[in-house]
Amino acid sequence: MLSFIISRVFQGLAVILVVIVITFALMKIAPGGPFQSDRAMPEYVKANLEAQYGLDKPWHVQLARHIKNFATFDLPLSYRYKGRGVGEIIAESFPVSLAIGLPALLIALGLGVPMGALAALKPNTFEDRAATILSTLGVCLPSMVLGPVLALLVALKLHWFNVAGWYDADDWVLPSLTLGIIYSAYIARLTRGGLRETLVQDFIRTARAKGASEASVVFRHALKLACLPVLNFLGPAAAGLLTGSFVIETVFQIPGLGQHFISAAMHQDYTLAMGTAAFYSALIVGFNILVDVIQAMLNPRIGFSS
Amino acid sequence: MSGPQIISESPWRGSLRRLLNNALATAGAVFLVLLCLTCWFGPKLSRYSQSEQNLELKATAPSAAHWMGTDALGRDIATRVLHGGRVSLLVGILATGVAVIIGVAYGLIAGLAGGRTDSALMRVVDILYAFPFMTFVIILTVVFGRDFKLLFATIGAVEWLTMARVVRGQVLSLRKQEFITAARSYGARWWHILFRHLLPNVIGPVIIYASLTVPGVMLLEATLSFLGLGIQPPDASWGVLIRDGAEQMETAPWLLIFPGVFFSATLLALNFLGDGLRDALDPKSLR
Repeated sequence: MLSFIISRVFQGLAVILVVIVITFALMKIAPGGPFQSDRAMPEYVKANLEAQYGLDKPWHVQLARHIKNFATFDLPLSYRYKGRGVGEIIAESFPVSLAIGLPALLIALGLGVPMGALAALKPNTFEDRAATILSTLGVCLPSMVLGPVLALLVALKLHWFNVAGWYDADDWVLPSLTLGIIYSAYIARLTRGGLRETLVQDFIRTARAKGASEASVVFRHALKLACLPVLNFLGPAAAGLLTGSFVIETVFQIPGLGQHFISAAMHQDYTLAMGTAAFYSALIVGFNILVDVIQAMLNPRIGFSS
Repeated sequence: MSGPQIISESPWRGSLRRLLNNALATAGAVFLVLLCLTCWFGPKLSRYSQSEQNLELKATAPSAAHWMGTDALGRDIATRVLHGGRVSLLVGILATGVAVIIGVAYGLIAGLAGGRTDSALMRVVDILYAFPFMTFVIILTVVFGRDFKLLFATIGAVEWLTMARVVRGQVLSLRKQEFITAARSYGARWWHILFRHLLPNVIGPVIIYASLTVPGVMLLEATLSFLGLGIQPPDASWGVLIRDGAEQMETAPWLLIFPGVFFSATLLALNFLGDGLRDALDPKSLR
C-alpha cells in the first residue's frame, strides 16, 4: 500500500511539473509583457523592473527558478500587486473559496446521495421518476443561470441575503447553495447508476439468499461498491469546489481564488497565474490520490497495484 | 402482432426503432431540430437586426412589438437570443467535431498499436485527466486572443479524452474477435480491416459519447463567454446574453430569463437525446 501511495505521489508531482512548464510556455508566447502599459516607460526603468523579477535572464534560467520556487514553497512576488507575494495572495483568497466550497460539498452529498439511492432502490416508481427528473433539471441548470435566479428570488424579492459581495457572515449561503444543488444533481445520477448496477450482481443475490435484511444488503454489501463512481467524480469535483468556481465567484462577486486567477491571466501577472494553476493542480492531484486510496480500500478487485 | 416476426431487422434500424420508442429522446430531437431551424431562419425573418440599437426603447419589457423585450441599448432580445443560439449551437457542434476527430484518431492509434505504445498513450490521457482544465482554457483564450475559430479549437482540444478512452477500449476488444482474424486470414489489407470492420463497429459508442459531449462543450463555451473570455461583443452567444442579463436582473429580469430558458431547454433536450441514443445503440447497457 505504501509503494502504491508513493508511486501515485510521484505521478502527481509529474503532473504538477508539467502544469508549471506548460503555463510558463504559454505565458512566454503570449504577446505583450507584464510591464507593458499605456504610458511610455523609460527604457532603463523597464530594464530595472525586468531585472528585479529576473526577466532579463534566458528562459531556461527563468523556468528553473520557477520550478525551484515551487519546490521550496517560496513563491515569487506578484507582477501586478506591488510588493505582494503570490503565496500571500493565495493564502488570503483560498479560505474565502473554502468557506463557500466546503458547505457546497456537504450540500451536494447530503442531497445527491439520498436522492440517487432512493431512485435506485425503487426503480420505475414515482420516487425514481421524480428524482431522475430533478437531477436532470439540475444538470441542465448551469450555475450562471441558477446563481442569478436564486439571487433574484431569495435576495432581491425576499431580502434574506445580500445579492452579492463578501461582507456579512451569511454571504456564503447563496453561492454554496447554488454550487451544492448543481453538484448534487451529478452525484444523484452517479449514485443511482452505481447502486442499480451493483444490486443486480451475484454477490448481492448471495447476500439475499443467505437471508440478510434489505438494510444490511444495501448498507453493508451494496453501498461500498456503488459509491465508487461517486468517489471517482468527487476527486476532481472536490478540488473544483474548494478552489472556488469561476462563475459563482463572478456572479456573487466573491474575492476568492478563482477571481484572482482570472484577473491574473488577463493582466498577464505570470507569477500569480502560474502559482494559482500549480496550487489548483496540486489540490486535484491530492484529492485524486485520496480517492484512489479509498477506492482501493473499498474494492478488493482494484487493489493497491500501481 | 400475431405470430413470430419473420423479417429480420438490421441493427441500425433496430436502434432507430428503440430511439423513436423513447418519448423523451424523440421530444428532445424534435425540439433540437425546431430550435436549429428557428435560430437559422428566425433572425432573417425578424424585423430587427441583432445589433440594431434603438435608444428610445431602453430596456422595455416584453410586448407585441418585441416579444422578449429589449435590452439597455434598445436591441430586440428575441432576435439576439436566436442569433446567440446560432453561435452557441455552432460552437457546440464544431468543438465536438474537433474532440471527436482527435479522440477517435488517438483511440484508434492506441488500440491498434497495442503494447508499449498503447500504455504510453493511455498514461498521457490519465495524466491529462488530472489537469486543471478550466485554468488551461482560460490561459489559452488569453494567450491566443478571443477568436471564434480558436475558441472551439481550444474547447475541442480539451474535450477529447473520454472519446479516446472509449474508442481504444472498443478497438482492443474488437481486435481479438473472430471476424477480424477471419479478415486477416483471407489476406485483407490493414485499411480494409480499419474501414470495413473496425470503424463501423466503433461508430455506435462514438455517436453516444459525441451526443453527450455536446452539452458539456456548450456549457464550457457559455462559461467562458460569461466570464468575458469567449464570444466578444457585438457578437453574442447565450453565455454573453446571460451575463448581460445577470448584470441587470434587478431592473430587467427578462434579459436573464429568456436566454437562460433557451439555454437550459437546449441542454435538457441534448441530455434526453444522448441518454436515448445510449439506450438505443447499446441495449446491453444498464443505466
